[in-house]
Amino acid sequence: MFPTPIEKQPRAAQLTYQAFLPLALLLWLLPLIAVMIFSIKPGADFGNANYWGWPSSFEGFTNYGKVFLESQMPRYLLNSVLITVPTVIGCIALSAMTGFALGIYRFRANLWIFFMFVAGNFVPFQILMVPVRDLTLDLGLYNTKTGLVLFHIAFQTGFCTLFMRNFIRQLPFELIEAARVEGVAEWRIFWFVVLPLMKPALAALSVLVFTFIWNDYFWAVVLTQGAESQPVTAGITSFNAQYRAAYHLMSAGSIVAALPPVAMFFLMQKHFIAGLTLGAVK
Amino acid sequence: MTQAALPQSTVRKSWWRRNQIAITPYLFLAPGVLFFAVYVIIPIFQSFGISLQDWDGLGQPTYVGLENYRELGNDPAFYTSLKNNVWWLLLYLLAIPAGLGIALFLNQTVTGIRIYKSLFFFPFVISQVVVGLVFTWFYDPAFGLLNVMLGWFGAGPINVLGDPRYVTFGIILAGLWPQTAYCMILYLTGLNAVNPEQIEAGRLDNAKGWRMLWHIVLPQLKPATFIAFVVTIIGALRSFDLISIMTQGGPFGSSRVLSFYMFEVALSEYGFRMGYGAAIAVVLFLIMLCFIAYFLFSMYREERR
Repeated sequence: MFPTPIEKQPRAAQLTYQAFLPLALLLWLLPLIAVMIFSIKPGADFGNANYWGWPSSFEGFTNYGKVFLESQMPRYLLNSVLITVPTVIGCIALSAMTGFALGIYRFRANLWIFFMFVAGNFVPFQILMVPVRDLTLDLGLYNTKTGLVLFHIAFQTGFCTLFMRNFIRQLPFELIEAARVEGVAEWRIFWFVVLPLMKPALAALSVLVFTFIWNDYFWAVVLTQGAESQPVTAGITSFNAQYRAAYHLMSAGSIVAALPPVAMFFLMQKHFIAGLTLGAVK
Repeated sequence: MTQAALPQSTVRKSWWRRNQIAITPYLFLAPGVLFFAVYVIIPIFQSFGISLQDWDGLGQPTYVGLENYRELGNDPAFYTSLKNNVWWLLLYLLAIPAGLGIALFLNQTVTGIRIYKSLFFFPFVISQVVVGLVFTWFYDPAFGLLNVMLGWFGAGPINVLGDPRYVTFGIILAGLWPQTAYCMILYLTGLNAVNPEQIEAGRLDNAKGWRMLWHIVLPQLKPATFIAFVVTIIGALRSFDLISIMTQGGPFGSSRVLSFYMFEVALSEYGFRMGYGAAIAVVLFLIMLCFIAYFLFSMYREERR
């Protein structure tokens, strides 16, 4: 193990490390902790310039209650869910199929199609912006959740195909050969042999795509406008415009907006990290 | 299960059976490729076309040849954006050594270390919009923590986001926060897989600290470094959210980057100049293309092995 395990070092070093660890974490998360403190303060504290002192009263419930009951926030959150969940399902379905095709079969265009997906996944969003916005307008889907979902599915399929294909390549190919010798149809091999083995990849990708889409801001701004279709990342800016300088409410709103992916991460940590670090180990 | 696929003695079935393996991949690829082509591949070429036009997004576009690119050459805002993009690219790469540093710091087995690792990773999971808000308040000249801390050392308040000299660096620092967390998790996973025997062998040869890191550990972390490099470069060139949230490109357009300037030109302030915006996007795309070509080339070499 590198660096040398702390247990093998002198007691003093161990104690220093143990003391330093929480301190480092505190420093690392300082900007975030500040916002959390803001979100439980009463509005009056900001008027009195009591920014960093002890809260004059604990108003956590009032602030978060206001966010949920007196603003459009629940609406935006619901929109985010209605955009994120169909996207996850759609692009997992599409990329399981493309990944299967590219991972199992040998045909001439294989590597080229694969590289098309990988390259497309790296392009800057701006090169797609004008045509995609135009296409969405032509389809009559501008300012709808469907318009956003369709684009997200298409774009995320690039990344997911890369992931699925590499995952399928690592499966034992003998399984598929054995099934073929048995005379199993190819689509049945996909459904009954390969798909069950891909569960870890499906889980990892679901969590990752969930986070990516939930946190998307650019496309939300380009393809939607109003509270009826905007997800929470775009909604938070209108929320902040509504509560200008009400830092306690803006902080509470930001925390609410950030929470779902955070919860997802803590619940599915293993899969999340497996997805992100794909390829980081040989 | 096997029953259904047994040959049934019609001619058509047997043709399908003979060609099944050749045709199936195309059937499986069709929906994904179709979607990807319509929404990603074709728009890239369309953007090239639009960049040769003068178009407000509604009326008839007029073909103007390379006029948009000529205008770019005389546009000081374009050069400001380009310069800032270079800063982003260079400074964003600091996320890689910083991530490695934190990963080495956390690669221990004391109690509770798993929670520490998760919490250090935290910033990456939060949306950039929230990161932007958090850092806007962190930098606030009236009450921001940064200036409170500077005050302890007697340093005057700095309005980071209001000063053209500091603004880009302030935003890059905010971007480095989640990016470092990402690189950290890549390296933590990589460190997990480092061969312990080689480390022991290195110890026997009296390799320590930096030499051990440089000659024995880092070569084994090469795949992690490659991915960290890829995601950091892409992240740097995609920077949009933070700028949009923190400064809207200001003050006086000094924190614009190409991705934000393109958006501004095409969809806000300056009216809908789709052609000019597309030209900026093409420049950004060509910059990215150098990196994409390099990434694909590296992947191609791996595939050949």
